[in-house]
Amino acid sequence: MTQISKKVEQLAPSGIRAFFDLILGMKDVISLGVGEPDFATPWHIREKAIFSLEQGYTSYTSNKGMLELRKEIASFLRQRYAMNYDPNEEILITVGVSEGLDLVMRAILNPGDKVLVPEPVYVSYRPVVELAGGTPIILETNIANGFKLTPQQIDQACGEDAKGAKALMINYPCNPTGTSYTRQELEAIGRVAKKHHLLIISDEIYDELTYDFDHVPLASLAGMKDRVIYFNGFSKAYAMTGFRIGWVSGPAAVVAAMTKIHQYTMLCAPIMGQMAAQEALKSGFKSVQEMKREYFRRRNYIVGALNALGLECHMPQGAFYVFPSIQKTGKTSMAFAQDLLKQKKVALVPGVAFGKSCDDYVRISYASAYESLKEAISRIGSYLETS
Amino acid sequence: MDEILEILAGDARISASEIAKMTGKSLDSVKRAIQKYEKNGTILKYKTVINHDMIPGNGSLVRALIEVSVAPQKDVGFDYVAERVYSFPEVKSCYLVSGTYDLLLVVEGDNIHTVANFVASKLSPMENVRGTTTHFLLKKYKEDGQILKKQPSLKRLNISY
Repeated sequence: MTQISKKVEQLAPSGIRAFFDLILGMKDVISLGVGEPDFATPWHIREKAIFSLEQGYTSYTSNKGMLELRKEIASFLRQRYAMNYDPNEEILITVGVSEGLDLVMRAILNPGDKVLVPEPVYVSYRPVVELAGGTPIILETNIANGFKLTPQQIDQACGEDAKGAKALMINYPCNPTGTSYTRQELEAIGRVAKKHHLLIISDEIYDELTYDFDHVPLASLAGMKDRVIYFNGFSKAYAMTGFRIGWVSGPAAVVAAMTKIHQYTMLCAPIMGQMAAQEALKSGFKSVQEMKREYFRRRNYIVGALNALGLECHMPQGAFYVFPSIQKTGKTSMAFAQDLLKQKKVALVPGVAFGKSCDDYVRISYASAYESLKEAISRIGSYLETS
Repeated sequence: MDEILEILAGDARISASEIAKMTGKSLDSVKRAIQKYEKNGTILKYKTVINHDMIPGNGSLVRALIEVSVAPQKDVGFDYVAERVYSFPEVKSCYLVSGTYDLLLVVEGDNIHTVANFVASKLSPMENVRGTTTHFLLKKYKEDGQILKKQPSLKRLNISY
């Protein structure tokens, strides 16, 4: 008899873990597989974290996170997006957005509740729904429409297998596709969500890395605040992945329910990270902006270069990922990734990690130095010639 | 600053065609812009940043910061004196500054004597120079935004979601 629960045994595609382990053991790999910025946390933020340790800030904080930080976040949301959240009731500091997504599913789902999940999708979305006893209903998108979820698609699903669904998960700009949405597109999604009484779980962790238009939070749209649970954090915008600080803002009842679970499982987010996050919000804006221009150039370069190699690649509007099609090679995404790694020492993430419907794609991260991107492109080119 | 200048300021070896790809501009317009900048003196030179401490046998090269107090000239102000001073090849940089002195020089020489000699025989005797203070550089940590110590590579995993 197995000791592990069925739910957990069924999680995660098995091949991916082995592939990751293969990379960890290899030397001189050019990696396009990294899901974090390619610069260290800006010095003023690191310096603040060090200082807070020296000052003896090593204790628990309130379950919700330090009030000063929540206030700072509230004022950031007000100034940047004209959104009003009460720092006492409507904001919870989490250990990254990842924890927040798990919390929200456990807070809102009853066994069997349906949740709409677009595909390609960030790796944790399906598992957090399943672990919370929910049923993910997959909405497939593809390269032909730039991996965009459409209101029609949601509407149709809610009339069929997603009838009575409780929530819709959305991540924009999206990991792994880089796809984002304009205000008009979001308004249309908002309308259909209202029609079908869907809560929207909106993961906007890459908001600062939006290139072609201004990022618009779903919660900032008229009449949407009560329906949207907004997630953001410090990992991408301030290169603070290792600090593990995110937050959720949403209706007080949902935040209170999430806080209940958070206090029993996590107690609170680490205080050193919270101190650093405060500093980031106080004066960290410039470093993000500087990197954004750089990422914008790399995006233009890599999309052009991949298309020139014959790998169809759409122009994403944000984040630091592209999601080209490898269909013409006739290989599965895992075989392609393994061959490329073994023969040319270039690492990327097979599309299948982001959903069963994504096996014709691979995820390439351009959060790497321009020189590395150039070298990687040339290696991919020579791989395509010889295979 | 124009994006083309920004890219070249970071890496002068990036070609016009690569800049065109990065910025979405046409190759022709990038080439024309660079030519214009070269012609009108916006782009003065393409240089390589070298850490001289790494070159064997180069350890004796001496640099000094020299503060110079100057009596400004009627009509031409400080410019006339500055021009006479910066024309010496030993002077690598020359700035007019506010505060207790007027010109700040960076002077380079093969050894401490060359620099001392420059100050004693060239700089101090100039008629408008009222006084100098020389600071020899002991160690360079960062120059023009570039940290000279080789930085450790980022400690990222090769692959992550």
